[in-house]
Amino acid sequence: MPGCDTTLPEESTVRMTNTRQDGSPIAETVLSLRGISKNFGAISALTGIDLDIGAGEVVALVGDNGAGKSTLVKILAGVHRPSAGTIAFRGKDVTLSDPSAALALGIATVFQDLALCDNLDVVANIFLGKELQPLRLDEVSMELRAWKLLNELSARIPSVRVAVASLSGGQRQTVAIARSLLLEPRLILLDEPTAALGVAQTAEVLDLIERVRDRGLGVIMISHNMADVRAVADRIVVLRLGRNNGVFHADASDHDLIAAITGASDNSVSRRSGRRQAGQTLS
Amino acid sequence: MTTGDTGAPLLDRGDERVKQQDSVGGSIRAFLGRVRTGDLGSLPVVVGLAMIWTVFQSLNPVFLATNNLVNLLFDCSTVGVISLGIVCILMVGEIDLSVGSVSGFASAMVGVLWVNLGWPVWLAIPAAMAVGAAIGLLYALLLNRLGMPSFVSTLAGLLAVLGMQLYILGASGSINLPYGSDMVNFGQSLFIPHILAYVFAALAGAAMFAAGVRTAARRRQAGLSAQSMKSLLLRTGALTLLLEAIVSYLNQDRGIPWMFGFFVGLTVAMNYALTRTQWGRSMTAIGGNREAARRAGIDVNLIYTSAFVACSVLAAIGGVLSSARLASASQQAGTGDVNLNAIAAAVIGGTSLFGGRGSAYSALLGIIVIQSIASGLTLLDLSSSLRYMITGAVLAIAVIVDSLARRSRVSHGRA
Ligand SMILES: Nc1ncnc2c1ncn2[C@@H]1O[C@H](COP(=O)(O)OP(=O)(O)OP(=O)(O)O)[C@@H](O)[C@H]1O
Ligand SMILES: [Mg+2]
Repeated sequence: MPGCDTTLPEESTVRMTNTRQDGSPIAETVLSLRGISKNFGAISALTGIDLDIGAGEVVALVGDNGAGKSTLVKILAGVHRPSAGTIAFRGKDVTLSDPSAALALGIATVFQDLALCDNLDVVANIFLGKELQPLRLDEVSMELRAWKLLNELSARIPSVRVAVASLSGGQRQTVAIARSLLLEPRLILLDEPTAALGVAQTAEVLDLIERVRDRGLGVIMISHNMADVRAVADRIVVLRLGRNNGVFHADASDHDLIAAITGASDNSVSRRSGRRQAGQTLS
Repeated sequence: MTTGDTGAPLLDRGDERVKQQDSVGGSIRAFLGRVRTGDLGSLPVVVGLAMIWTVFQSLNPVFLATNNLVNLLFDCSTVGVISLGIVCILMVGEIDLSVGSVSGFASAMVGVLWVNLGWPVWLAIPAAMAVGAAIGLLYALLLNRLGMPSFVSTLAGLLAVLGMQLYILGASGSINLPYGSDMVNFGQSLFIPHILAYVFAALAGAAMFAAGVRTAARRRQAGLSAQSMKSLLLRTGALTLLLEAIVSYLNQDRGIPWMFGFFVGLTVAMNYALTRTQWGRSMTAIGGNREAARRAGIDVNLIYTSAFVACSVLAAIGGVLSSARLASASQQAGTGDVNLNAIAAAVIGGTSLFGGRGSAYSALLGIIVIQSIASGLTLLDLSSSLRYMITGAVLAIAVIVDSLARRSRVSHGRA
């Protein structure tokens, strides 16, 4: 891990055996990535990424803008093909050639751009590609199921029969999350799921992440909100400029995390907080 | 707050911001609201049709005479079927500019196979449809494999297929289909028996009512809001009356051509496929947001293929119908304004050129508008030069309405 070892204290580097937040060991590895790289022309968005997610484990993926988090998620969702590296799902090597391959394995994704069809209504979006009764759509059952999912998320959506284009940003995000839960997945990828959500809805999503974790699902969550990350993550994986840059406990210090994310202990975040502390002691 | 039979609040009426729209007045208010925000549906075409009919009727009282209307229905059926295919292809946000040529080629194939080579007609027609399917498959391959825009591939197809049509027709250039054969009768003189036409109209109304009652019952049972019996009765009753009135008016003359009945049947089937099946949902999704559809696990290439094949096969069927109507397969079949009329009909009827929005019924309504204009102008003895200009202007207006409605939808958050 170039660029970080010198600045990181010993105890916050990679742990070889995975344990949950409560200390219990992780039984089964759902997904493991080895040496994943992705080039977009001359840009290498990802270089040699290693990552493991166990069943019943929440892994938070953090990093600055452009660190490659969404690119990694898209590779796992089958949207992009990796340029190099192997992906093993539940012990077997797999090629995620297209999104339906990932969905078939039980990898559900909430994309950063949500990937909703604006011209379809909420129910149609939630069930897109997985409609009940393909030859004679069962609209009543689908609508009922959609309401149940949305109510679990305490969604504030007035009607599920309006086009998704007419929903607010947070409502759209809730629809995308509800969609990922529809088919019992084994692994959920959440790319900034709470970025647009209100206080109550964020809490619901965090609760939900814990609930699916307790059901034995693997969860990868991307977030820029360290409080949310600490609240639910068993491990925090840091990406920086497309490379692994350390793995942390949920209780790692802010200073260490930010140092790993920005790549230096002397960074704009620590300078800011330093200034504030100085200001407080003065007054 | 509305409550269900059990007294518990309805699942979809829990939010106090939702206005209730289950009653008759509510449905009307909801409709007006949709129109205002740019969700026009088939409103412009119905208004336009009323205007066109008023103008032509005042210029020439023969226009709305039953005889003229029955002829109009014959003319609608041929291009209308082609237009149904255009609805399919516009739905996924692509275009097929070669439907005219494909229809002409199909009619030439039937002429050559049936009359010249002596094949039975029931074999010649499927052969023409199969060739149509192959052409659609080719467009789909060019798009899926090579990324060739359908605009270009079908423009090339327009010329190539026309060339094939001229080639197989050979030097004579025209083949007469035998008068008195079933196929020509179907295209010229077969009418739905008067009683049967009334029965069909009544059955359509009854089926709609039964389906409505069933859905409402299921929704109530599930704790969802449902349309009230009164508004359901009112709606299907009004529609049945309208259908019966049309039937009784046309029955004063020869009645409704079987060919038009066939077209309406295809339209209803297409409407079902587009709105009530997974295939139709996938088509709409791809037209709305191709990448989102792909990420939802939809096989985008397969759906594109199905859309192109459906479009070309329907074009071939339309070509066969028009050769039956004219009792001939000629070099002129499918040329001239057939292509543009078919596309214009779909757009005039309210199917968006931008993809993801449209309905099978837009082909039906749109082709009636176009043929009304053609028939009205012919009755006025205007030259075809004027007819082209006016049809062109109507198409331009339809596209403007489509673009403006789209803008309005975007600004009202209903893309
Ligand atoms: N389709 C693409 N084509 C070319 N470059 C891309 C593409 N997608 C991503 N990139 C590049 O890859 C890098 C990583 O992008 P990515 O979206 O993964 O960042 P991120 O970590 O999700 O950032 P953010 O926190 O802003 O969402 C960026 O430099 C971006 O420009
Ligand atoms: Mg991102």
